[in-house]
Amino acid sequence: MTFELFIFYLLTAVATVSGLMMITIKNPVKAALWLILAFIATAGVWIMAQAEFLGLVLILVYVGALMVLFLFVVMMLDVNISVLKEGFTQYLPLGVMASIAIFSMMYLVVGPEHFGIDVTGEPVSNSENYNNTKSIAIPLYTTHAYAFVLAAVLLLLGIVAAISLTLRRRPTTEVLYQNIDKQVKTLATDRFRLVKMASVVEKAIPSKKEDEK
Amino acid sequence: MIALSDYLIFGAVLFMISMAGIFLNRKNVIILLMSIELLLLAVNTNLVAFSHYLNDVTGQIFVFFILTVAAAEAAIGLAIVVLVFRKRKTINIDDLSSLKG
Repeated sequence: MTFELFIFYLLTAVATVSGLMMITIKNPVKAALWLILAFIATAGVWIMAQAEFLGLVLILVYVGALMVLFLFVVMMLDVNISVLKEGFTQYLPLGVMASIAIFSMMYLVVGPEHFGIDVTGEPVSNSENYNNTKSIAIPLYTTHAYAFVLAAVLLLLGIVAAISLTLRRRPTTEVLYQNIDKQVKTLATDRFRLVKMASVVEKAIPSKKEDEK
Repeated sequence: MIALSDYLIFGAVLFMISMAGIFLNRKNVIILLMSIELLLLAVNTNLVAFSHYLNDVTGQIFVFFILTVAAAEAAIGLAIVVLVFRKRKTINIDDLSSLKG
């Protein structure tokens, strides 16, 4: 077994075990943490498949943002865990059987018989000054530019949807909100009024400094 | 040398695990969402492996877009979970059956 293969098997074993822990553990916070470990191991596998950019994006976006969001939500909800785990043993045989059936069917298709190293041959190794990020970026901004813009719109949609769903309006007797329409429509004359009045000559007030002396 | 079938079998194993997760945790919406994330990860692993072996970067661009969609989906899904919890004080799917005829 070469060193490369050893690292590959180590990463896949970590990802598999942490995936299994994720679906069996009771506490949702710990499940999220196991899922983070699975993501990190899979990012390693992607980097071994020479997808360095995506491996790092997986760690940055999924572990850095998405799983933190999950943890945030889990901690915000006061969930009774024991109720949610009821029926675990009841569904266990069905779940295991269905997934094993799916896996064995997949194995027949993607197993070494069809996609082994003897069948596919070795992948073309990239030259020394190959830049994965650049080679993704060029088609992304040229051939797939439209899809890229659509992805940006989709993310905007995600922001708007998530905020508008969770924004909570409390009655105005409790909290005062800013009225943005009103603020935008306000003119300078509404806020500030000049009043003409006769000038009054006041007596000179002795300043404090002079008093101290 | 890592064979293409190794990557594909790894993807199939992850897919299997997350499918079992959907079966086993069918009461907890949060773990269901996490299982869906793992499912997408398994599919993405296949795309990355094929991209590597066919020496075509399009597969990786596809993964990039899947990651974008999955992130948006998870954010909206979690927002809905928070909303449901605020209304019903539960995220147990069995209690959320008011649309059942």
